Amino acid sequence: MTALVQRYRAADRINHWVVAACFVLLTLSGLAFFHPLFFPLSFVLGGPVWSRILHPFIGIVLVLCFAGLALRFWRENLLKPVDIQWIKRIREVINNEEGPHHLPVGKYNAGQKLMFWAMAIAIVVLLISGIPIWRAYFAHFFWLGLTRFAFVVHMLAAIGGILALIAHVYSSIWIKGTTRAMTRGTVTAAWAQHHHPAWYRQMMHKDD
Amino acid sequence: MSSDLLRVSATTTQPPATRRPTEVAKLIDVSKCIGCKACQSACMEWNDVRDEVGHNVGVYDNPLDLTAHSWTVMRFAEVEEAGRLEWLIRKDGCMHCEDPGCLKACPAPGAIVQYSNGIVDFNQENCIGCGYCIAGCPFNIPRLSEIDTKAYKCSLCSDRVAVGQEPACIKSCPTGSLMFGTKQSMTEQANERIVDLKRRGYPNAGLYDPQGVGGTHVMYVLHHADRPRLYNDLPDNPTISPLVRLWKGVTKPFLSLGLGVAALGAFYHYLTRGPQEEPIATNEPPYSDHEETS
Repeated sequence: MTALVQRYRAADRINHWVVAACFVLLTLSGLAFFHPLFFPLSFVLGGPVWSRILHPFIGIVLVLCFAGLALRFWRENLLKPVDIQWIKRIREVINNEEGPHHLPVGKYNAGQKLMFWAMAIAIVVLLISGIPIWRAYFAHFFWLGLTRFAFVVHMLAAIGGILALIAHVYSSIWIKGTTRAMTRGTVTAAWAQHHHPAWYRQMMHKDD
Repeated sequence: MSSDLLRVSATTTQPPATRRPTEVAKLIDVSKCIGCKACQSACMEWNDVRDEVGHNVGVYDNPLDLTAHSWTVMRFAEVEEAGRLEWLIRKDGCMHCEDPGCLKACPAPGAIVQYSNGIVDFNQENCIGCGYCIAGCPFNIPRLSEIDTKAYKCSLCSDRVAVGQEPACIKSCPTGSLMFGTKQSMTEQANERIVDLKRRGYPNAGLYDPQGVGGTHVMYVLHHADRPRLYNDLPDNPTISPLVRLWKGVTKPFLSLGLGVAALGAFYHYLTRGPQEEPIATNEPPYSDHEETS
């Protein structure tokens, strides 16, 4: 039988998928307002008017749930010296070479950590810039120039967040054996040892 | 007026445009306005909009501001010029810009259109209530209705103009302060009046047809055209905000392309480099352990 290592408990997995669902709905409804090319995507939330109504509320749900994820994982995503080495060898990582696997990578590699912080920053910026453009409740409290600025910031942060999402989703497709960490909560010991050797060792010692 | 359109919001293809009707304009000669508000009443009556009855707050402005039910309001300003009190009364409402910021900002296809005759019109059935038009407008004109959360503003009575009639406000004006016709004839009319005003002690009289928005299809004759701000903060040189241009300009196709490139790039990586297959479970580590343990 394959040895398994616990990576995420059920509560974290559920929270992650709530955030993921919110993020996808926000991306689709947001893109609908971003460019006419994407306007048909507004059907996902039941049409353009429902998209306009629901988008900010889904954003609030995402912020609250992501805050839960961030509180759980921010410490493990602090950058360390080994991450600098990993980033320096990013070309080898992309080319699927073995070299970077000899680095003592912990629970998260530098790519995952940067993804975490990019997403965290994007979400904070999206929250702050989302308030002055929420016409139904808040926009009238703000000076028009600030609202216009917030539209630009919200657009740029959203594009940044979507790019991070593309990187995040692709990585889980690229690195086989990863997805089960977020579905079943476990990874194989071999996977852990191969991709996160320092974390694997730490988990083994914990069991001792 | 035909149904020909110059621009349609959130639409990247050519709207119907085979016919070329002449451009129209409303001319508001502020120097002839007596502030009777007949135009406000006519607007309410023709367009069948009724605002809430408000409260007198000690000024003549009534209602105090534009709303979804009040598409035009008289704004009264008391100004001292050369030791004389001047009562400057400006009929405020949509200026029907040649380059409309509301239409540029609108994300809903067909919610805002600009007819070939220059009229900018809101189609509430396509409006999604986001209020982007409010951020796009350099004149602070569109208002969201609290009843249906759709945006409303002066339509320049596009329905009347379509059948060869002048807008309702024009018809009601008792002093001839409001005029309507082709943009060219209105400009000529204004220029004659400006010569007149200059002769009568208003050397700075002029036409307000701001070029920052490509000119407007509602123009003012002002006695103090050098200082439009005197007239309840009429902007000196209105333009679509550079922030709105940045938000709605080349960035949109450029960033859309960026998203497409990122997604295709990931797919390309999978096709050329391929996945990292899941390592086979063994008791022995598949690779020599890292430096720390060696």
